[in-house]
Amino acid sequence: MAGRYKSDLKWSDVTPKADWINRRQLMAGSGALALGSTAGPAVASLGAQKTDWGAGLEPNTVEEITTYNNYYEFGTDKGDPAMHAHALTTEPWSIEIDGLVDQPGSYGLEDILKSVTLEERIYRLRCVERWSMVVPWVGFELADLLAMAGVQPSAKYVAFETALRPDEMPGVSYPIIDWPYKEGLRLDEAMHPLTIMATGLYDEPMPNQNGAPIRLVVPWKYGYKSIKSVVRISLVEEQPPTAWNNYSANEYGFYSNVNPDRDHPRWSQKYERRVGGGLFAKQEPTLFMNGYADEVGSLYAGMDLIENH
Amino acid sequence: MQRVNQTLGRIPPWLIYGIAAFPPVWFFWLGLNGGLGVEPIKELEHRLGELALQVLIATLAIRPLREWTHVNLLKLRRSLGVVTFAYVSLHLLVWLVLDVQILSEIWADIVKRPYITVGMAGFILMIPMVVTSNNLSLRKLGPKKWRRLHRLMYPVCVLAGLHFVMLTKGFQFEPLIYLALILVLLAARVPWNLGRATA
Repeated sequence: MAGRYKSDLKWSDVTPKADWINRRQLMAGSGALALGSTAGPAVASLGAQKTDWGAGLEPNTVEEITTYNNYYEFGTDKGDPAMHAHALTTEPWSIEIDGLVDQPGSYGLEDILKSVTLEERIYRLRCVERWSMVVPWVGFELADLLAMAGVQPSAKYVAFETALRPDEMPGVSYPIIDWPYKEGLRLDEAMHPLTIMATGLYDEPMPNQNGAPIRLVVPWKYGYKSIKSVVRISLVEEQPPTAWNNYSANEYGFYSNVNPDRDHPRWSQKYERRVGGGLFAKQEPTLFMNGYADEVGSLYAGMDLIENH
Repeated sequence: MQRVNQTLGRIPPWLIYGIAAFPPVWFFWLGLNGGLGVEPIKELEHRLGELALQVLIATLAIRPLREWTHVNLLKLRRSLGVVTFAYVSLHLLVWLVLDVQILSEIWADIVKRPYITVGMAGFILMIPMVVTSNNLSLRKLGPKKWRRLHRLMYPVCVLAGLHFVMLTKGFQFEPLIYLALILVLLAARVPWNLGRATA
């Protein structure tokens, strides 16, 4: 299934590993510690199949990707996940696939990985809070996982759930949102080849703060749709409840497609700032569908995307 | 206690201003050198905002503190008010110049985003106070008028507390704690006991 997408960007455009490792070594002790559970240089590479996906994009460094995270189960500050997520037990891991599928049940991550091809996908990530990154994910298409379970024709939506482990997640003792974290996609969005389940980045296993061991990545939607540390996937007929939409439907729509013309009620979405540009980083215009309109535009033909935000 | 109060009362304003200059300079230096993380603009903006809120609350606490403990810091109050204004101005400046950057976006934010409208209102209400925070203005206005003008502190504090509460994502305790502190310190000024007058 790998290699369905092609682009001009070469894997050689990614920051060479030697460079980012050197940068990490240059950082002061506190900074290095803040990396938390980031895979060290000793970790074997995943050997993901190279793809050219990600034209013209230069990925953020590993320290940018692993020290600036929204993962409220580990605290609401951007640095909290890097500090606390090491407590998350990621082995063994399994995903409960249930609902309208032919083979419901518990799917062990190791078994899943035996029957998929891992690919590198360099995607833009646009947070609803107006910051952005480019991440060289490693993963496989969600469609491949759904095919293993056998989606029944009556299924219209896919619902996802993050692990809820009060002993390992200090943030869930606070009612920041209604735990566990939930997300959802329309079935055609879930089956789209851009939609992946990621198990790593920079060709190394997923750091805990980024959603280890396996997370969703939907690059044309605001970051919170790309749910982390997935333990449950349900195929359903009705639009499932989702965490931020439950919290404030006016601010966080079910679709949550990146759209510079649909402001968040509390801030404009016209611009964004790439993380890592320092104190004088410039604002950049946000792209419709986060730059993936050519690929996913047809999913929303005829839909009012302001109303269905 | 009297000696404590006399010593505290002798702290000259320039010393307060000198000390107060350190945190913003330190934060800026950290921001330039990677000490504020990989997204230093937001971090700098938030740290300055939080610092301003803390000094604002300290300023508001001075009178209740005298009533509850007899520690009298009234002489420091004006300087702390000026320090608060300086921090708020820097917070605003970082938002304008480093964060939003684009003029049309700045204006759109001020009129369309309630938490920014509330923050700006708080800033504007501080201006008459900082302009009259000198002895000459005090003499010109007379103590009664001057004190009445400086009751603007009360709405400013409520606006500042709300500004923080309104900008968070999800239900978070920290901004609510700040707002609760402000409300307690304001409530302490209400002459609940009608027989006892409060200045």
